[in-house]
Amino acid sequence: MAILPRLGRRPEAPPAESPDIPGVLKRGGNGEGPSGFDKEALKKGAAEVPISVAGWLEERLGQTPALKHTLFRRVPGHDWTYTLGFAVLIAFMSQAVTGVFLAMYYDPSPTQAYASAAFITNELFLGEFVRGMHRWGSTVMIVLIFLHMAQTFFYGAYKYPREMNWLIGVILVTLTLAMGLTGYLLPFDQRSFWATIVAVNLNGTGPIIGPYLGDFLRGGADFNAITISRFYAIHMLLIPGLMIALIGAHLYLVTKLGTTAPPWVKARKRRELAKEEI
Amino acid sequence: MNKREKERYLREYGMIKDETGHPFFPYTVYKDGIMACVVVGVIILMSILFGAELGPKADPTTTTYTPRPEWYFFFLFELLRVVKPPELVILATIGIPTICLILLILLPFIDRSAERHPLKRPVALVAGITTIGAMAYLTILGAVAGAPTEIELPVAAQYQEGKEVTASAGCLACHQFGENGNSGPGPALTNIGAKLPRQAIERTLLNPTAPMPSYQSLQTQDPEAFDQMVDFLASLK
Ligand code: HEC
Ligand code: HEM
Repeated sequence: MAILPRLGRRPEAPPAESPDIPGVLKRGGNGEGPSGFDKEALKKGAAEVPISVAGWLEERLGQTPALKHTLFRRVPGHDWTYTLGFAVLIAFMSQAVTGVFLAMYYDPSPTQAYASAAFITNELFLGEFVRGMHRWGSTVMIVLIFLHMAQTFFYGAYKYPREMNWLIGVILVTLTLAMGLTGYLLPFDQRSFWATIVAVNLNGTGPIIGPYLGDFLRGGADFNAITISRFYAIHMLLIPGLMIALIGAHLYLVTKLGTTAPPWVKARKRRELAKEEI
Repeated sequence: MNKREKERYLREYGMIKDETGHPFFPYTVYKDGIMACVVVGVIILMSILFGAELGPKADPTTTTYTPRPEWYFFFLFELLRVVKPPELVILATIGIPTICLILLILLPFIDRSAERHPLKRPVALVAGITTIGAMAYLTILGAVAGAPTEIELPVAAQYQEGKEVTASAGCLACHQFGENGNSGPGPALTNIGAKLPRQAIERTLLNPTAPMPSYQSLQTQDPEAFDQMVDFLASLK
């Protein structure tokens, strides 16, 4: 936090009475007009963006340690593979948004499901586009989540102290695959219907809980009228709810523990440290 | 990792953060922002290029369907096909995925060494690459194994219709008839008439063992086609 000395320093002083003047105002550099395109100045200015944004926000919101700890925390130098986790998050959010729009027109009843899917695809303005985004978004999310998992695996990020984040991640992969499975039935065309029957039958072969799981998914011993609304409720309420909670925990841990440094980055001071230990 | 290794890790992590680190905003946010645009851009592009196809309406009584999962389940489906003996099918469908899941969950507790560099963790490196390779291989197998709808076995004229019903009923996704169809997860049906009597075949179709779907509804909706199919199967000797 070296570059943000002011942020952490406020003692118990009541902010209402003596509001600190944020850095951006103190510098008073903005009144003098443009001073030409000085690259150095520009760079320096860019480096101060976080400070002035922090100052601006803090002035208006009061002391916000949460903000300081998330937005302005120090993170080790990263390569681009560290953006994969965020990419998964974006794919998930895209699924959530497009899913909400689909839910406005979709009707999860055995008689209307296909008709409503056909209406979305063929008649609704931009309907096919949004359905397409949701369909291909699932593919993109699966690819990204496996890439993210591979990245954390090969970078050894599942090791101390981030084991919990790996565990949450494993549950998230399972839930993401479950989303793919339950969503596949919903358009209720031939492909989705028969693939889902086979998949549910497969689940039913599992030991102990298998038969119950099969019955739970189908809503009975056979594929029947309430199966589709079951899948719909699982697909748009149950699993997303779980996922949002788990993603929240995942991100909380990421900010709390910090992201790893790439394993080949060593501290310069390490040599001295090693000597010290001997 | 023992206590000393843990402490040392945290200490070095702190130093790296001081030496090479940046504030999250704007440095990481800028990279993440670019990545976000790429992700949304790719999704939009795929939607525009490939659209959202909607096949014919689901029809439980149909005689034409191909139980084909979404591509990212191909590796599971293919696992089913690779494992042939019926006693082992449960192992393929439930056993292997469950074992993989448990291994994944246990990973941080199995591999507790302090080393993080992938090249200095040969076991993890090989295991990781092997897993990725196996999943990619199974996915590709699943992608090329089409869903055939033709049976080329020569049959007597009175069984011709039954053959067509069977060919379009999706059995080929799981069974082999002569040269046609996939060699799993179900057994080959080329000589099924010699192995099972007609009633037993009919019983199997009405009350199959999972993962085979039941054809009860075909019987109620179109008993003639159903009987033709059973006759055809019983004639395969
Ligand atoms: C989803 C895959 C799948 C589909 C589709 C499928 N089957 Fe099966 N079938 C199986 C499996 C797996 C078995 C073995 C079950 C067992 O172990 O008892 C089987 C068993 C059988 C048997 C008993 C074989 C024996 O030797 O005992 C017959 C007969 C049969 N299927 C006929 C058919 C017909 C006819 C169709 C199409 C109308 C069909 N199956 C569709 C998976 C499938
Ligand atoms: C919905 C799914 C997921 C979302 C939205 C998500 C999001 C994120 C984000 C934003 C980060 C921080 C940036 C980064 O290092 O990439 C992160 C880190 C991490 N994730 Fe995920 N993730 C998901 C699934 C997973 C899965 C499936 C795993 C593995 C099984 C996993 C394991 C980890 C680990 C170990 C870290 C710490 C990485 C580090 O410190 O370098 N996550 N995740």
